[in-house]
Formats: sequence, C-alpha cells, structure tokens
Amino acid sequence: MHEAWWITIPKALIVINVVMVFFALTTWLERKLLGRMQQRFGPNRAGPKGLLVPIADLLKLIRKEAFAPMGAKEPLYIIAPMVSMFTALAAFSVLPFGAGWTVWGHHITGSVVNVPISLILIFALGSVGIYGFIVGGWASESKYSILGSMRTCAQLVSYEVSLALSVLGVVLMGQSLNLQAIVDKQQATLWFFIPQFVGLCVFMLGGVAETSRPPFDLPEADTELVAGYHTEYSGMRWGLFQAAEYINMITLSGLCVTLFFDGYHFPWVHSLDQFGPVWFVLKLFTLIGLFIWLRATQPRLRYDQLMRFGWKVLLPVATVNALVTAFFVVWAA
Amino acid sequence: MSFIVPNTLKGFGVTLKQVFKKPLTQQYPEYKRPVYPRYRGRHRLHVHANGLEKCVGCSLCAAACPADCIRVVPAENTAGNRVSAGERYARIYEINLSRCIFCGYCELACPFDAITLGNDFEISEYNRDDLIYTKDMLLAPPIKRVPVADADLYDTPIPYYKDNS
Repeated sequence: MHEAWWITIPKALIVINVVMVFFALTTWLERKLLGRMQQRFGPNRAGPKGLLVPIADLLKLIRKEAFAPMGAKEPLYIIAPMVSMFTALAAFSVLPFGAGWTVWGHHITGSVVNVPISLILIFALGSVGIYGFIVGGWASESKYSILGSMRTCAQLVSYEVSLALSVLGVVLMGQSLNLQAIVDKQQATLWFFIPQFVGLCVFMLGGVAETSRPPFDLPEADTELVAGYHTEYSGMRWGLFQAAEYINMITLSGLCVTLFFDGYHFPWVHSLDQFGPVWFVLKLFTLIGLFIWLRATQPRLRYDQLMRFGWKVLLPVATVNALVTAFFVVWAA
Repeated sequence: MSFIVPNTLKGFGVTLKQVFKKPLTQQYPEYKRPVYPRYRGRHRLHVHANGLEKCVGCSLCAAACPADCIRVVPAENTAGNRVSAGERYARIYEINLSRCIFCGYCELACPFDAITLGNDFEISEYNRDDLIYTKDMLLAPPIKRVPVADADLYDTPIPYYKDNS
C-alpha cells in the first residue's frame, strides 16, 4: 500500500519538530538525572521542575554575539555546523516509528521515507556528519580547533568501523538492510537483543563513542582540554553543533531500539501496536537514560585506552559476532 | 578481567541509589541556613542605654583596618550638642563594604565596644555607592535578619539534611 507523495512533507515537518523537542527534553533530562545522581536537585527554577531551562538556553544562545576569528574560512566556517545539524536530523527520517495508519482514506506509513537500504543510509549520513566536525575545526584557523577536530575524527572513524560491524549480525538475521523489514522480522521471530546480545553491547559502547558522550568524550573533555573542534564557535553556531551531538544520540538510540528492541511494537499485546510512536519514544528515552546513567558513573578513558578498546576489543568482538551469526544463519537454513 | 567487570558494574548501583535519596542541596533564598553565633557579617554601631553613642571618634578602627575601608571624622561634643559619652564623637563614620574583608580587627581595636560585626550577610547591591554605609545606617537595626543558631545549644548550626530527610 503506497501513500500519496505529498504526505511526506507534513510528516517530515512534524518529525523534525518532534525531534527538536526531544533534543530539548534530553538536555533537561540529562541535567536533572545527573543532578539527582549527585544528590543535587538539578534545574528547578525556570518553570515547573526546571522544564523551561532549554528555552532559556535557546534564548541565551540566540541573543549571544556570534563572533568569528579573523582568519576563519568564511563560507565553510558557517556551513560546517549546518552540515552536522542537517545530517543529524536527516538520519531520523528512515527510522520506522509506527505501523502505519489510514486517515480519511489516505494511507500513512510509519516512517518519513522507507528506502530499501535505510540502515546504510543512516551510517552514510553519520559519516557525512563527521565532515561538519572536521571542516568546522579546520575552517576556524586555530590550532586548538584543528587539534580538536583531529581528536574527533580519529575517534569517530575508529568507532564507526565497529559500530557498522556490530549491526552486521542483525542484518544477517533480519535478511534485509531495510529497517522496516528488520522490525517485521523481529516481530515474527524474536527481539534481536536476545540472540544478538554481543552485538547490542558492541553497538551501545560504539554508539557512546560515536556520539562522543562520556566516558568516551575525548573530543571535548571539558575538564581537561580546550573545547575541541568548536573552540572558535559561539552563540547559535555553537548551539547547532551541540544540538547535532544530542540529536545524533537520539538517532542512535532510535536505531538501537529499531535494530534490537523491535522498534515500535509493544511486547506480546499486538492490539496496542497502533500506538507505535508511544512505545518507540518510551524505549528511546529508556536508552537515553541509560546513556546519562553511564555518564554519571564511569570516569573518562585515557586516549590510548580509547584507541586500544576500539581497535583491539570492540572490533574483534564485532567481527567474531558477525562470523558466528553468519554460521548459525546458514546452518539454520 | 573477571574481577574487573563486577566492580565496574557496581558503580552503576551506587549512582542509581542516589536518585531515590533526597538531594542535599540547600535551596538558599527559601531556606536560610542559620549562621554561627560568632559569624562576622556587616558592622553595627552601638549606643549606650541612655541613648549616647559609644563611639568617641578615636579612629583606632580605621588605623587597624587592613583594607582601609573605614573613614572617621571626629568633632567635639559641646554642652548644647552632646552625641557621645566621651570628649569627642564621630561626625562622619563610613564603612565601604565593597572593600571590607570582614576580618573583625575594627571590633578588636575599639576601646569602647562601639563597633561590632553583626550577622547579616545579604548585603549585595546594584550600585557600588550603595555599599558605603554611613553612620545612620550602621546605627539603625539591621533590616534583613538572618537566622542565628542558638549559641547555648550548638557549636555549629544544624545541617540542612538532618532537618529535612
């Protein structure tokens, strides 16, 4: 069943805005949870329970002067945060968040677009997003920025390998690169986090590193180093980079939900599947809470530990996991 | 490796446990923690029971002040205008609280206990000039009162978390 082409446009608009609201909620949730885990209140002044803090942040960032270094390569310097933001938002478009509905005779599918290679598309957009970080640091014409962007690319490129390999097992079991097909397969058989538990672990660890969240936040180790690739950015340009990082985390959590936790389906009760987005968002925020919990608990890795862990632990484990999965898939067939 | 992983995971339990505890933060403007009875806040000038000022304008406090924030201009008491109990009185007595370091040396230097450090600490202003306290302001009872712990009962104030958990 196909949907009319124009339905995609309002759907994309809604999804983008909802993702932006999730981004705001995530920053609030992170501060609140970190606060509670350190026996503080967290934000509790702006609005009820401090819920207006993201709005206050936004107003502050928009009103702040966005100055640029004299030697900055002007078009690239301005485009870089936009590239990061665009890829972060665009990656969300292929995630299925519902089973599809029929409203006033129009069929609406549960994702903005449904392409046959949606998994590869997400990884490709993630790789393009790294260009934002590299180009931003390089175009700033500052040694601290360029050192920061070098740190960022080294880490992101290293961990992207194991991240992509870790989902290979899921692709083999789902027999497809289409996220919708993978969800359907999980619904028909078993949620993939049980047979692919190793893959899930590698995916989570690689994902934390890929979104440069603590304890893998070497690109911008706040307490130790100058900010990193966005040293020379301020105001809303800096805000775009920050938003891109958080939205990457949301997208990655969404991908994890889709690949390992059966996407938008409610366990056992099939009649509840029409409320797909609710279950999707619940699973999503559980994973984000896990990310924050990890941040509150573990100390930051040293740089050599980071590289050793990525290349000598995660990559072999992911490779062996993919090989073993391939063996079992062939053996079962 | 086998003995590292449980310890690494044990940390997650520690952080999770804190979420269900009441935070220790003292919500300052709503809750004012009682200060020590001998807390050194903003200064006060004192008067005798008969209404005469204790300060005789000797400027020993100004001499003792390491931050040089006290200005005293003395004048003679006359039969028609008797302000203090001594020979002279302080015609001008100013403390610049933006310079004061609240060391209490003025209190020690004063031979008549005319100046003491009170308990007020909420003395921020929008304007530097407002922080120059004149004699009238120092003689008047403090407007903003802060809770003071009972000196007989405690050496230290009760911590917030003992009252509220």
